[in-house]
Amino acid sequence: MPAFTPPPLPSDDKRWKIVNGTMRKNGFARHALIETLHTVQSSFGYLDDDSIRFVARSLRVPLSQAYGVVTFYHYFSLKPPGKHTITVCAGTACYIKGADKLIAAAEKHLGIPQGQTTSDGQISLMTARCVGACSRAPVVLCDGEVAGEMSSEQMLEQLERWAVE
Amino acid sequence: MTIEELEQIAKSVLQENEKYDYEVNVCMDLACASQGSEKLRDALVQSVEASGKKVLVRRTGCMGPCSSGPLVRVDPDEILYHHVQAGNAEAIVTSLGGAPVPTLQCDLNDHFDKQVRVVLENAGHIDPEKIDDYISRDGYKALLTALTEMTPNGVIHRITESGLRGRGGGGYPTGLKWGTVAKAGGDMKYVVCNGDEGDPGAFMDRSVMEGDPHRVIEGMAIAAYAVGASKGFIYVRAEYPVAVSRLTTALREARRRGLLGSGICGTTFNFDVEIRLGAGAFVCGEETALLASIEGRRGTPRPRPPYPAVSGLWGKPTLINNVETYANIAPIVRNGGKWFFNMGSERSKGTKVFALTGKITNTGLVEIPMGIKLREIIEVIGGGVPDGHKLKAVQTGGPSGGCIPAELLDLGVSYDALMAAGSIMGSGGMIVMDDTSCMVNVARFFIEFCMTESCGKCIPCRAGTAQMYTLLSRICDGSATMDDLDLLIDLCDTVKTASLCGLGQTAPNPVLSTLKYFKNEYIEHIVHKRCPAGVCNIQASVEVLA
Repeated sequence: MPAFTPPPLPSDDKRWKIVNGTMRKNGFARHALIETLHTVQSSFGYLDDDSIRFVARSLRVPLSQAYGVVTFYHYFSLKPPGKHTITVCAGTACYIKGADKLIAAAEKHLGIPQGQTTSDGQISLMTARCVGACSRAPVVLCDGEVAGEMSSEQMLEQLERWAVE
Repeated sequence: MTIEELEQIAKSVLQENEKYDYEVNVCMDLACASQGSEKLRDALVQSVEASGKKVLVRRTGCMGPCSSGPLVRVDPDEILYHHVQAGNAEAIVTSLGGAPVPTLQCDLNDHFDKQVRVVLENAGHIDPEKIDDYISRDGYKALLTALTEMTPNGVIHRITESGLRGRGGGGYPTGLKWGTVAKAGGDMKYVVCNGDEGDPGAFMDRSVMEGDPHRVIEGMAIAAYAVGASKGFIYVRAEYPVAVSRLTTALREARRRGLLGSGICGTTFNFDVEIRLGAGAFVCGEETALLASIEGRRGTPRPRPPYPAVSGLWGKPTLINNVETYANIAPIVRNGGKWFFNMGSERSKGTKVFALTGKITNTGLVEIPMGIKLREIIEVIGGGVPDGHKLKAVQTGGPSGGCIPAELLDLGVSYDALMAAGSIMGSGGMIVMDDTSCMVNVARFFIEFCMTESCGKCIPCRAGTAQMYTLLSRICDGSATMDDLDLLIDLCDTVKTASLCGLGQTAPNPVLSTLKYFKNEYIEHIVHKRCPAGVCNIQASVEVLA
């Protein structure tokens, strides 16, 4: 069997080298698919067609399987995130303490349903299953920073600050 | 690395610590960190430098009572300060050697007195990024003892003797599982740690992985020796970036010290661990789905048997245990099976860590001996329900568990008692609900969770949870009839009996347990179009009807 040659990097973008590094570290093994997709998402912010194709070819995984994995796991996103991201935790403790009201308030304020980004690309509204900061419920992540015991007013203030940044 | 070398490291850490008159431990766990404990630590370091006192400022994992954070503990005086901000640093440093700062001191004796710390024995006492801190508290002693003084069968015997049961929630006897993997043939075996803490409202495993990562690694290494495995995987949720980074550091340090790798401790035992990231799928907590995910595939479960103990990762015998199970191993090997067996209740031995959250005064991480009454956890350790509200129910086991009503508060916490009450032990989420929570709405919340998280492989779970969600939504908005309720009960039975994996089989539990204890709330919604807790939005439609 001829030795496998991985496909060339899609462009000069240095981030592809990071992605390739993850695959090389795992010997281009098929089971590194999820690890590699994580690297793509952390480098580029999301997964687009080009990146999924590149990873699938490099790991010799059928494109259908790669796409299946991407769409199966909630953590992977096919759309670029907004400049800022607000993530409302929707775990049980947060729910008991009114996370649903926070989500509704954010949806109303931004005029988008959860999982979407405002049309100006400024703010994404996401929900999380549980970030594990249950003792400070309800919890909101502002660009990844945990903010606990959140009220609708505090959250909307943050959204207003972001809207103009 | 030999036991003597290990003891030498421990000794040098203690000698180093003796240079200091005081140790100021700052909790850096998520809850405290989100309230500024990083700045607080910096301020403490600065104040110490300015004062010229001999004080060690240490960053630690979760100390427990998160609602009082940021927390600081001064040793050797064991003074606990709560709600400490950077501005308080100077006052604390000045007070060292004199009387404690009265305004910051917190009295949580009741909270701590009822607890027994086995899994959390190091939490709040060590810097999780320093392997030597762990070694100074008997870390890796159990591994080296097992490797040099015990046979693999001897280790399994000790675990069996301890009566330890799986802490992921199922409660399968750990020794028995290890024995099965050990007996399985083949030259390649795997050890897997399930750190996919998917139960929303639980963070015990996160705190253990972040606060004491070496404990998990040591437990896995002992397990690998016992069952004859040479490769391990820790599967961690991607939502826990700090846990991932702490584990990565811990693995590197363990390799550097020769506690992982080939020929550990001069024996022929080889073992190393890799981290695998989850990607936000609750079903991956199910063991066969977890294995699929480690193999880089969609996390869909498969029928068992064959059990992973016989055919797991890449078809090889695989041992899968939860984070907390592994965290119990080192102390059992160190102190003996009998020591562990003597703690707890008749059929549930040892301790259990719970994440106490919801409508309770002292939220946080608690570790209780099995068999303790639920009432003691809620009223004494948890400090009761705040703001003059009345306790309604305690939810355990997350989406697979149920709600235990206030009347059953004298129940002893054990696998069997919780199951008899219609809930399960679960991984350790314990969410307290008061009279402002609507139990129908809570049931709907969990079913919505299961519906979204269903992998879609089998119909009873995929379609059943969706139909259950529709029925519960109708009850919540006041448009349901009593026939709908009968249909819901029927559907619970179907989903429970016919689903492929644990997710579907247990999904109806929150509905069944709330129906068992709070049926009147369902009837109020359906017949009187009223939500007793005032949560569901049906008040408006009733007024229109009237």
